Parts: sequence; structure tokens; C-alpha cells
Amino acid sequence: MMRGAMRRKPRDALETNMNTSLQGDAPAQRDAAASGDAPTLGDAPVHGDAAASREQRQADVVAALARVLPRAAILFRNEDTVAYECDGLTAYRASPLVVVLPETDAQVQAILRTCHGMGVPIIARGAGTGLSGGATPHRLGIILSLAKFNKIRNVDAEACTAVVQCGVRNAAISEAAAPFGLYYAPDPSSQIACSIGGNVAENAGGVHCLKYGLTLHNVLRVRGFMVDGEPVEFGSEALDAAGLDLLAVVVGSEGMLAVTTEVTVRLIPKPQVARCIMASFDDIEAAGAAVASIIAQGIIPAGLELMDRAMTAAVDAFVHAGYDLRAAAILLCESDGTAEEVAEEIVRMEAVLNAAGASRLEVSRDEAQRLKFWSGRKNAFPASGGISPDYMCMDSTIPRRRLAKMLRAIQQMEITYGLRCVNVFHAGDGNLHPLILFDAGQPDELRRCERFGADILETSVRLGGTVTGEHGVGIEKLNSMCVQFSPAERAQFLAVKQAFDPLCLLNPGKVIPTLNRCAEYGKMHVHHGMLPFAALPRF
Amino acid sequence: MDERDQVLASLIEQVVAARAAHARLEIRGGGTKRFFGEPSEGEPLDVTALAGISSYEPTELVVTARAGTLLADLEAVLEERGQCLPFEPPRFARGGTVGGMVAAGLSGPARVSAGSVRDHVLGVTLLNGRGEVLSFGGQVAKNVAGYDVSRLMAGAWGILGVICEASLKVLPRALAGATLHFDCDEQRALECLRYWASQPLSISGSAWYEGQLRVRLTGALTAVRSTCEKIGGTALVPEEAQAWWRSVRDQTHDFFALGEADLARGESLWRLSVPAARAAINLPGRQFIEWGGAQRWWRTTIDAGEVRAAAARDGGHATLVRSSDKSAGAFSPLSDVLMRVHRGLKLAFDPDGVFNRGRLYAGL
Repeated sequence: MMRGAMRRKPRDALETNMNTSLQGDAPAQRDAAASGDAPTLGDAPVHGDAAASREQRQADVVAALARVLPRAAILFRNEDTVAYECDGLTAYRASPLVVVLPETDAQVQAILRTCHGMGVPIIARGAGTGLSGGATPHRLGIILSLAKFNKIRNVDAEACTAVVQCGVRNAAISEAAAPFGLYYAPDPSSQIACSIGGNVAENAGGVHCLKYGLTLHNVLRVRGFMVDGEPVEFGSEALDAAGLDLLAVVVGSEGMLAVTTEVTVRLIPKPQVARCIMASFDDIEAAGAAVASIIAQGIIPAGLELMDRAMTAAVDAFVHAGYDLRAAAILLCESDGTAEEVAEEIVRMEAVLNAAGASRLEVSRDEAQRLKFWSGRKNAFPASGGISPDYMCMDSTIPRRRLAKMLRAIQQMEITYGLRCVNVFHAGDGNLHPLILFDAGQPDELRRCERFGADILETSVRLGGTVTGEHGVGIEKLNSMCVQFSPAERAQFLAVKQAFDPLCLLNPGKVIPTLNRCAEYGKMHVHHGMLPFAALPRF
Repeated sequence: MDERDQVLASLIEQVVAARAAHARLEIRGGGTKRFFGEPSEGEPLDVTALAGISSYEPTELVVTARAGTLLADLEAVLEERGQCLPFEPPRFARGGTVGGMVAAGLSGPARVSAGSVRDHVLGVTLLNGRGEVLSFGGQVAKNVAGYDVSRLMAGAWGILGVICEASLKVLPRALAGATLHFDCDEQRALECLRYWASQPLSISGSAWYEGQLRVRLTGALTAVRSTCEKIGGTALVPEEAQAWWRSVRDQTHDFFALGEADLARGESLWRLSVPAARAAINLPGRQFIEWGGAQRWWRTTIDAGEVRAAAARDGGHATLVRSSDKSAGAFSPLSDVLMRVHRGLKLAFDPDGVFNRGRLYAGL
């Protein structure tokens, strides 16, 4: 959920997409979050002299870190650390004990050794664009900002790999590879700002992952440190490594298993041509069925996205993408490859879409028009801010064939909760981003919005899906994890964490809810049918 | 999966009993890959009865099958609907199972374009060492809820638990294909493969052996045709090409046939996994190069230490696949820090060391 994500007058797409709302005008903070000390992940309850002891702890940690870091790389005064109080999920804020900004591997190692020795929680942070609160600070922990690890070490055009530091922006990799006719395939919408280290932490996707895979499929090696400062390497520059496939579990582990400082990514040859079909449908279920038909015909489009009428209206007003505003839904279906390949595939796609009942087809004539088609899709989030003071973005995945059923369920929920919802889907992957529109200024709307959101996630699980497709669990979906996984499964996750980080110092309190929290969530759920103060940590 | 399922219930019972008795179990499917890796300790835990395709919806590009399902059966069902396992798992013999395929994590010639077994695992239902049945991942391609435990099972050789069921991403079979043949030496072959890899071509397999390079193209008809024009070579007759790639995939090609006599005179089969762009590796013996240079098979009599050093020079590793003497370990040794994590994970999934003890590394 992205709460309080939008300001009323977004300045530009990046800012709103990234939700870098640090000016403190996020309207929808909960009481608990607004008090400044929530979520107190893993903290002991705060008692009378807690403030004094926190100050003492801060002084001790700063002193210890000052022995291994230049003073300028240590921030602890409120005015210096305020920018680190949240990531892209602005509704959750906490004041970190200390923020450190190392520049070298040796410094990262020294920080980890120091913190490990003192039992200080460590929250690694990349560009801070995450949407699930994965980089939310811990009141008694440090923020390990890796922003200065922003160098591209090597682009090897022969090996089709790039070795980059973790803070390098996703888009910067493709820019560096472009002169060689290569690029880095995963393209989350935030790609101009988000870092590769963050992409590794979240196993980031994007609009092209149906054909080109997720971060995991495009990363060969991750270098970094274990929690105690021991250097470690997962994967290799070969296609596999000896032993268990630890890279697979480290990618997507949301900073809870190790600290990443360097990533070797696979680059792939840039397709010579890409063309996109915009297909209109009078009926949203027909659009859902068309998605299945394309796959059934053996076509794997480079991108396959669906937007409902409310969404296309919002984005078209925002970027004038030339969408068919009469359609109940539009599909964007992209083909890429050699010119011959694309020509062949577009013909096949058109035939399938026509047979599936498309009321109108438009094929991009040139690159400019293709980008225009995509500009609407990529601006779905900021455009939603144009039609509503606030919105909450969901991120569940369901089997594709359930799409129509899910859409009907969401329509019913709009009535149940008295709120509007606009829909944009990575249809090819079954990954939904329903955006629930609300006004935090109106009494009860935030609460109804949260229930709406929880209902979508639980319906997704019931339909055979998952509560998060690409944004991660962070702290935002901890309760939903209770719905998706059994107590034994969650205990197994916690045991995996312990294998890497026995003292649970890396990003504690994220991703895997404690058994108590789930017990309480279940209880409240059953007894009240609604959940008050869902943000409060429950340990 | 339902724990009330009788076959599953019996497996759980055996695991719980073994745990209580401090006994060890060797998870057994078709037993077609027992020659690979280290021998494992323990009484067999037969999972072949846990068979059958649980769900298959071609438009979802996902199939879910129970561990004991025969790989051949699964592939036949996919083929009926024009789909396939894109990573081409090797079938060393008849009887190989889906569970064994995932546990071994071995991929065939298409690995280089399609990805590995691990890349196609979407979800796994696991029976851990505490006798608990746990599901991780699911049936959807995008899923970041919790750690990706299901993919960790690919290539874990059963040391973390019994794979009961797996959901796999499948893909449509390619519309067209061609195999081109070139006569060239190793160095030239590696140069060509390196260059082609950086071009938008539709290469889905390559193999070099004794002065002959074979390159397989798959994709849209026009793409295959244009790649043929670009890279030249002589086209093989389709039936011959298919049979030949099958012999590479399943290792029935002569190169892989080490007889008793070869083993007796100290010859071993090694798999070197190295960066594809790496220059020629010079060892005494014979070599078979796949995956655009990233997988180099060697038949050699030299010392394990020398082979491993050669592989490690550029960050690769070497697996001793067939040998009369595996005392050097089947798999490349791990760094201390990685071994620490391995021990931690073994403890996390199988605290009493019930499953496949020693199959991957001694002590695990």
C-alpha cells in the first residue's frame, strides 16, 4: 500500500512515482506513525527513562562508529537524519538512531563489525524508493546508506556483463551499456531513481519481465558482507556456483540476510525493433480473456499491460497518451526483436486480439508513438494523484485466468467500502496494481481504504495468488503474510533468517511476522471483522 | 497438497520415525542421477508413489506436478499442448522424476537462452526434517512474499527436505528451428560464440567438440532464417539435428560414455562451470563445450586439484561427475563463510540431519 503517497499537485512523474514525499505533508499518517516512534520494530516498550537511555545508546554508537568512520559520514542530529525517516512508503516513519554513509567496502565492514559487536540493528538503504517500508528505520538501529556506492566498475561487452556498485541506479546500467548495443532488462517503473542494490533486495520486476524475467534472472553475482562483517559472494560470473543456490534466496530477501555492495548483472542485446499494439475492449472480461488467448497461441509478448476505463481516463488527462477513452479496458501488447520477427509477431497478435473481440486496434507507427502508449501506463500512479487526494497502491499477483473474477470482486468492494478503485495490471504476469482512491481528510476513509486493501490481498490469496508480486513485504504487508503462510511456514522463514543472521540484526521486524503478531491479527480479524491500528507492531 | 493424502501421510510418518530413531533417509525418485554428486547415507525414502500432475493450465504457463511424476510423462503432457520445459533437463535414463529434476537442478543445452531449472521453479511443497509440510512460492511468476525458499530447493540435492510437489513455469515450443554446423578449432569457436552472444540472435544451444561447432537456433521463422543468413555455416537435416541435440542433452553422446575401462585407468568426467567469455582452458584430455562457453566438460586423468584450480582461475567451479575416485569431493569446496551458511540452512530445515546426509558435502 502506498499511503499518503500523492500530493495534490505532483511536480513531475518521477517524484510522485517515487513518492519521495519528504516535506512532511503526507496527509495520511496514522496516529501511531505520526507520533514519531512508530513503528518501533523490535523495540522493548518505551518506558519513562527510555528517552534518556536512547540518548546514551546513541552517544555510545556514534562514539564507536567514529573510531572507524570519518565524522562527516555519521549523521545523528534530528535535522540531519529526518530525510531517512521513511522510504517510498511515507506513512510509516521512525527516527533512526544514527545514519552512516560509508564510501568503501572497508568502511562497510567496519560498520558491520561495530554494530554486530554492540548488538545494533542495521537497516541497509539504497535509493529509498521502496513501496513497502523495507527501509523504514529502527529507533535503536542505524541506517546504512549505500548511496555513495554509485560507481559502475566495469561493462564487459564481450561477456555481456556489468559489475556495478549497489547504489548505481537501474537506468544508469542500461545507459552505460547502450554504446555496446546492450541493456539491463528488468525495468521497474522507478528505474530512473531506484538502485540495483534495492532491486536485488526486492527482486524487482517491471513491465517486461514476462519475457525477460525478474532481477533474479538477470543477476549473476552479489558481493557484500554478512552481518558480522565477513565478506561474502553469492553466485559467480559463471552461470551457477557450487553448493546451494544461495543467490536465489538472497535476491528478494529485503536486506535481511546480508548486505549487498556490488552486483554483477547480465546484459542482453538490445532488440532492434519494438512495436506496441493498443487494443480496446468494450468489456473488461473480454480483455482478460484476450490475455489468456495470446499466451495460449504460444506468444510471449515483451510487455502485456491492462488498464480499466477509470485508469485510462485518469492517465490520458495527465499525459495525453491518445488512449481510447470509450473502451471498458485497453491492453498494451508489445513485440520486440528483429524487424522481421516483430512484423511476424504483430500479425499473429493482431489476429488473436481481433478474435478475442477487440473493438479497436492501433499499432505504434514509430518509436515516438510507442513511447507515448507507454507513457500513460508508466504514469498511472501520478495520474491517480490527479484525480484523488490520496491513493493506496496494492501489488498482489493472481493466476491470469482469475483476472475477470478479481475485477468483479474489486467492483463489489467499491460498493462495500464506498471508495473508488482504478486498475492497472501487469496482465501478462497476473500482477495487479489496483489503486484505491481516498481522501485522508475525510473521516473514516483511510480506515475503509485499509479494509479494502486487506480484502484485495486476501481475495488474491484465495484465488491462488500472493500478497506481493514485486513491491515486497517490508512492514506494510506483515499482517497479510499471516494470511498467506501457516505458522510452520513462517517459523521456517525465521529459521532461514537465523542461518544468515543469528542475532537478527539485519532489518529486524520486516518481512516475516512473528507468531504472536499473526495470532493477534487472526483474532482481531475474526472477532471484529476489521483491524484497528494495523501499523502497530505486535510482538 | 493435502496432508490427509495417504502417500504423503506415509512419507511424513517415515520422516517422523526416522527422526525419532536418529536414523537417516536417502530420498529416492527414479534413481537416475545417483551417479552424480556424492553418495548419500540412509535408508531409501521412496517418493515415486507421490505421482501425478496436480494442475496444468496452458494459458497460465504453469504446471504443478507431484515429485514422483515421471519426467517423461510431464513432458508428454506439455507437448500435447505445444509447450515444454524450456531448460531441457537431462534424462540420464528412463524413470527420472520431477522431484529429482528439481533437486538436481541440472539444465540442458537451452540453459544459455532459456535459463535454468531454478529460474523456472515457481513454487515447492516441501516436507522438512521436522515432518512438516510447507508450501513456498506458488503458481504465479511474480511473487516476493517471504524468502524464495522454493528456488533454494533447485540443486539442493534433497539435503533440506523432500520436494513433494513443484510448480514450474513452462513455455510454448518454438515455432521454428535450425542447426548450423561449422568446422573450426576451439579458439575460433569460443570467439564466434562470444561475438554472437552479444548480438540479438536467436541462439538456443551451442556445442563444440573435436573441431566441430554446432549452433542451434530457435524462435520465429523469420528470426531463425535471418540468423542463418547472418552467421553462415551448413544446415543440418532437422531429424539428424534433433537426435544429435538429444544426445547432448541426455549425455548419450559418445563423449560422455565413460566405460569401466576408462574409469579404471583413472579417467574422470568433469563439468567446469566458468564465465562464458573465458579463453580456452588447457588440460590434458578431451573437451566438450556447451552453453556458449559457460559449461566445459572434460575427460581427463589429471588431479582434481589441478582441474579445480583451472576452473577457479576466473571464478568458476568444477564438479567431478564420473570417476572411480571421488575422494576429492564431487563438488568444489566452499569458502568458510558459505559453508557456515550451508550448515545454518541444514539446521534450519533438517535439524537432525535426516535427509541425504553427505549428498552435497560431507557433514551436511
